[in-house]
Amino acid sequence: MTPMTLMQASALSRRSVVFAGLSAAGGLVIGVPMPAKAGIQPAILAAGANPTKEMTAFLVIEPDNSVTIRIPHAEMGQGTSTALAMMVAEELECDWSKVRIEYASANRNARAGGKLYEGMRTVGSRGVRTSVKLMQQAGASARERLRVAAAQGWNVDAADCTVASGKCLHSASNRSVEYGALAAAAAAVQLPQEPGIRAPRDYRLVGKWTPRLDTAVKLDGSAKFGIDAQVPGMVYAAVWSTPVAGGSLKAVDESGLKALPGLLGVVKLKDSVVVVADKYWRAKKGLDALKIQWDAAGQGGVQQADLDKGLRDALDGPMFTAEKKGEPEAAFAAPGAKLVEATYEAPFLSHSPMEPLNCTVQLAPDRVDVWISTQAPMAVLETAAKETGVAPENIYVHNAFVGGGFGRRGGAPDELLHAIAAAKAVGRPVKLIWTREQDIRGGRHRPQAAVRFKAALDAAGQPSVFQARVAVPSLLKPGPQTSVASEPMAVECIAGSFYAFPSRDIGVLLKNSHVPVSFWRGVGSSQNGFFVESFIDEMAHAADQDPLAFRRTLLAARPDALGVLDALATKGDWGKPLPKGRGRGLAIIEAYGSVSGQVVEVTVAKDGKLSVDRVTCALDCYHVANPNTVAQQMEGAVIMGLTAALWGEITIKDGAPVQTNFHNYRMARFADAPPRIDVHLTPSGGEVWGGVGEPGLGPLAPALANAIFAATGKRVRRLPLSHADLSWA
Amino acid sequence: MITLTVNGRRHDVEVEADAPLLWVLRDELGLTGTKFGCGIAQCGACTVHVDSKPVRSCVVPAGSVKGAITTIEGLSTDLKHPVQQAWLAEDAPQCGYCQSGQIMAAAALLTKTPNPSDADIDREITNICRCGAYPRMKKAIHRAAALARKA
Ligand code: FES
Ligand code: FES
Repeated sequence: MTPMTLMQASALSRRSVVFAGLSAAGGLVIGVPMPAKAGIQPAILAAGANPTKEMTAFLVIEPDNSVTIRIPHAEMGQGTSTALAMMVAEELECDWSKVRIEYASANRNARAGGKLYEGMRTVGSRGVRTSVKLMQQAGASARERLRVAAAQGWNVDAADCTVASGKCLHSASNRSVEYGALAAAAAAVQLPQEPGIRAPRDYRLVGKWTPRLDTAVKLDGSAKFGIDAQVPGMVYAAVWSTPVAGGSLKAVDESGLKALPGLLGVVKLKDSVVVVADKYWRAKKGLDALKIQWDAAGQGGVQQADLDKGLRDALDGPMFTAEKKGEPEAAFAAPGAKLVEATYEAPFLSHSPMEPLNCTVQLAPDRVDVWISTQAPMAVLETAAKETGVAPENIYVHNAFVGGGFGRRGGAPDELLHAIAAAKAVGRPVKLIWTREQDIRGGRHRPQAAVRFKAALDAAGQPSVFQARVAVPSLLKPGPQTSVASEPMAVECIAGSFYAFPSRDIGVLLKNSHVPVSFWRGVGSSQNGFFVESFIDEMAHAADQDPLAFRRTLLAARPDALGVLDALATKGDWGKPLPKGRGRGLAIIEAYGSVSGQVVEVTVAKDGKLSVDRVTCALDCYHVANPNTVAQQMEGAVIMGLTAALWGEITIKDGAPVQTNFHNYRMARFADAPPRIDVHLTPSGGEVWGGVGEPGLGPLAPALANAIFAATGKRVRRLPLSHADLSWA
Repeated sequence: MITLTVNGRRHDVEVEADAPLLWVLRDELGLTGTKFGCGIAQCGACTVHVDSKPVRSCVVPAGSVKGAITTIEGLSTDLKHPVQQAWLAEDAPQCGYCQSGQIMAAAALLTKTPNPSDADIDREITNICRCGAYPRMKKAIHRAAALARKA
């Protein structure tokens, strides 16, 4: 067994290697219990850990003073691993240059009944905000034990000992001792009570621009992603699944395989064919040589236009009331009420992370090892247990650096099922890799959606009522049904809006089709943000008000949102005149516990050619762990939002996605990136931390569409923009 | 059998001549820094150098390569290449998956065009980064050009 080395050290000690779930060989190990976790002491150990030395599982201090911090969340680019390590180090007062990170073990979590590292799912922009207290407590607890151990060693009062930069100090006698030398003694220290954690105003490391711990390994090819797993004796597999979701495999003509070398098997699953070979390219070649017949389960006649019409028609039908407030009917009927109405649409989108889905498995009668890039290692573990019949505590998930997730790796691990089937069939470890075509065709897309808005403005131009009718597939209940029901994701940014609309009436229909959908970065806010913030712009123009001033009035009770608007106004040059053909647009949303806004500046040539000149982002996430990675998330969200707004769409033809690879599912490249993206953070403090990974997505499309309106007078109500004629005279 | 020179070393590899270079590098030589992203020369995740020129190894038959191949693992020892130094200074990568290809593309651009303009970068580097690290990578390319000039 070669456990794959996943997370590595900071730049200084970048070549040192730590194995997930194990302490480094020979090191003294201190694990520090936390009060919230007291009930599950002692923690159950991964095979190989030293039970007499380790008490819990969040941090390890080695004799060389290196500190290994175990991260219970996936690192998929969002910087959570560095941010959480900063949380621990903030309290631990260790030498930051000696901090290393590794993944917490899902196996160990399973052995502890899932209570040790909790859910371990990295979704909903929750990585930092749900673990901040836990990680700070881990650091504080360790620091106190080290201090007590030092005092005991010197036979002095612990109150006279201080800590700084990885050392305990006794200033009266001018003595100091490094953490590494104290770790063993500290492991035995029982504190009468656990220490409190630092208040944000006292942070020294948290909140400072800090280089990522995982940068260096991503510059020389040494970072290991799931696809890089190497297991002795492994073979390779490629897969095709039914192009029409819900369909099944009818027949496979294998005659084309005869002349091909290295083939080990063709595995037929209900809805997929897997070809296994000694080399990946041979497996892929085998796959291409098959003649496969699929049964489309009656969906082979479904066209995109039908799906579009289905959603639009649903806007006139029965709906579930997700929110009703005030007196909507009276407000619409009030004399002098000015009505504003519009219908908006957004398409299916593929996640298409750069690292295609892949999975390597090794099966033994009483043990299963899975190498995978995942946002949900516990879901992988449970699925592997179910598929193999091996007990969860004997399933080892070796999570790797995740080459992009965006929600695609947060749920049902399709690739795991394929890999297990292949490994069972050939009796050897198998690395299975999805092609990009399988990724896009076999995607679980962002839901297509349609919304009709209606609002009334009173005599002063203030909205008196806001009505929305939403038709969107369900993310929580898969299947082809339609339900007069709601779920939070369907009405994100629409129901419970932070705008002070006196009357509201929000209806929802969860209208599914055979096309599978799933959480896509930003989830409901990614399309609803476009809908609502474009419509607010329409309302502002109908009221003959400046779109920023219009929002300011509606957000007067929300200082956080006003802070974001103010930053956008000043940093985004709001209100500075631009010639015809150029324009600025604004959007602001509340999503994932943060307030996120953007100003987009565009130039539209007379022939309709669009260039995005500049994007200014402002974010209030209340507390900032690492401004470096928060800024990165905003920059990245702008680019991903731009890809989606400009070109993103999965189109269904004869039941199946038309798009297959990056030549027809276009991605923004260098040439498409705005020349300037500025990020301004306006953290306003308070009890709660806001999310960061997703809130940057929602504002881009509406700010862009609003900028296009400002430049040309053309209102885009349907994405992607590539379908709109933006020419003007 | 084919013979490849990779990062200064000769390798005899027991594969058919039309095996894609990408998979030969990754699976036969264990050089997994070069990544698979699309398989059709669209994304650039698989970019390596052949005689200092960038190629998309997913569509290159291994047996057709006559020149010296450099992969990300061979770009420098200890991150000393100006592009790596600049990438480090800008903290450019996010998920990191596209980064080997981006760095190899940038290094090749600087060999050909030591002082590239933004327009040169936009035209010459068409690698995809799904995480959208372009703003920092673009800054890093300019920084790398400056570093190389000083060196
Ligand atoms: S994998 Fe070669 S260009 Fe995408
Ligand atoms: S850093 Fe994730 S794809 Fe580029």
